[in-house]
Amino acid sequence: MDPRFKISNREALMGIGLAVLNFIWWYAFAYGLGGKPVREYHYIWGLPAWFFYSCVAGFFVFSILVYIMVKFFFKDVPFEDEPERQNLKEEQR
Amino acid sequence: MNWEVVIPLLAFLIGMFVVGIYTSRQVQSGSGFLQDYFLGGRHLGGFVLALTMVATYGSASSFIGGPGIAYKLGLGWVLLAMAQLVTGYFTLAVLGKKFAIVARKIDAVTLIDFLKARYENKWVVIFSAASISIFLFSATAAQWVGGGRLIESFTGVSYPVALLIFSFSVLVYVIAGGFRAVVITDTLMGIVMFIGTLVILAGTIIAGGGVPHIISTLAAENPNLISPYGADKSLTPMYVSSFWLLVGVGVVGLPQISVRAMSYRNSKAMHQAMIIGTFVVGFIMLGMHLTGVFARVVIPGVDIGDKVMPMLALKVLPGWLAGIVLAAPLAAVMSTVNAILLIVSSSIVKDIFINYIKPEASQQSIKRLSFSVTAIIGILVFIMALNPPDLLIWLNLFSFGGLEAAFIWPVVLGLYWRRGNAAGAVGSIVTGVLSYILLDTFAPNMWGMHTVVLPVVLSLAAYILLSLVSKNSPQSSLVKQGII
Repeated sequence: MDPRFKISNREALMGIGLAVLNFIWWYAFAYGLGGKPVREYHYIWGLPAWFFYSCVAGFFVFSILVYIMVKFFFKDVPFEDEPERQNLKEEQR
Repeated sequence: MNWEVVIPLLAFLIGMFVVGIYTSRQVQSGSGFLQDYFLGGRHLGGFVLALTMVATYGSASSFIGGPGIAYKLGLGWVLLAMAQLVTGYFTLAVLGKKFAIVARKIDAVTLIDFLKARYENKWVVIFSAASISIFLFSATAAQWVGGGRLIESFTGVSYPVALLIFSFSVLVYVIAGGFRAVVITDTLMGIVMFIGTLVILAGTIIAGGGVPHIISTLAAENPNLISPYGADKSLTPMYVSSFWLLVGVGVVGLPQISVRAMSYRNSKAMHQAMIIGTFVVGFIMLGMHLTGVFARVVIPGVDIGDKVMPMLALKVLPGWLAGIVLAAPLAAVMSTVNAILLIVSSSIVKDIFINYIKPEASQQSIKRLSFSVTAIIGILVFIMALNPPDLLIWLNLFSFGGLEAAFIWPVVLGLYWRRGNAAGAVGSIVTGVLSYILLDTFAPNMWGMHTVVLPVVLSLAAYILLSLVSKNSPQSSLVKQGII
């Protein structure tokens, strides 16, 4: 198998894993904290805590996790088949 | 007519126009017309790729329809909308490098090129081209109605005139510039969408007297507005979770999104696009839907959800700024429309005409055909949008769910599962489309889930089962050569 595909397969699995984590975070905070009666809610920045953690914090946390995943675990690979030709193209540009 | 609002809008339309004409020169002079016209020569950088995906994906519903429902149902609907955060990274991570490498090896320009090379089967091509053309055509028409209505509401001109302005500007730059024009204008539109979100959210919070005040006013009106269950308690966890499939991970199956995963320049561009795309999608979805909820305090008592955002913009912002912000939904509609337009014309020209009708067509005649097919589709959509027939509305209802159910497995498993074959793909496409339409008509929201869930499961079963049963049929040469 093309060694680039090994990298690609692993990265696809990481993407799926992150999506699963994302779902768990989103669900657990939303229904864990939001499931109780509204008058017992806590508030952060004026927003109900369930909403703050699930949607606002979740948005920032997962944006950062995507950054970390891509920067540290995703590998650069060439897409073209012959590396020489690609170098040539880059030079011409 | 409110000139203060109309002038920024007009400036926006004219700007798109100019970009379309300008980029068309690049297409004319470049070599490899098809690659260029339909894929922008596979040279997209990360920032452009991210914003073009955001703009294509964010449609009228992100700016007009969705916030309108959030206005009615409260924070529960924002929770549901946040399922879209995953689309920013999931699609690119899953299709990833493999799709880009394989697409280059086989010189694929459209999703169907890939399916054709992978499965080497006439029926896979015909069924896919047919479902893409029919569903996306209907989806486009619905978006054009939205674009026409938007222009109508800002300018006060009659609907047919508004629609004509809209169609004319979209068509000119799509026909002239092709994919490159589309992605460049998409990038501008993505920026407009992002800034529009920021401005209107801030304006609404200020007009509502700060977040704590807005939330307590909402809770006093109806506590369920700030619960995850929706004002009328209609949003069950099961239902809301099932949207992860419709608007989150299932988006991998949408042709107008997956084709973008063929177009990046290199792996660095893809990495960048994942980071930027996730942030921008999340920001727009959170900001716009939250604005819709907050609007309830600022402009109470709006009956028609679609009017919430335009009314809100006019109320909380100075006129000229409202004009810029209202360009955001227009940008969203236009960029969705032009991407779809290009997909439909590419599947007719490339997938049907060149494959089966005239493989020996010259570069020149392909060029002419591409322009005229795009123009004809545009004009047809315009006529349909003037007075949409029932069939169109009916088909539009099925477009995204139907396409996802049809394509998610032939694409994803075609890429990662060597044993998948043509029988599985045909079965999966047919099962996905039919079961989606049938279930939605006769048994919608089964077990409290969105209708899309079951067809996706059924088409997976069809794909695996039929691939295994017919495992002795000749295997695709892509698999034999070890390309998959």
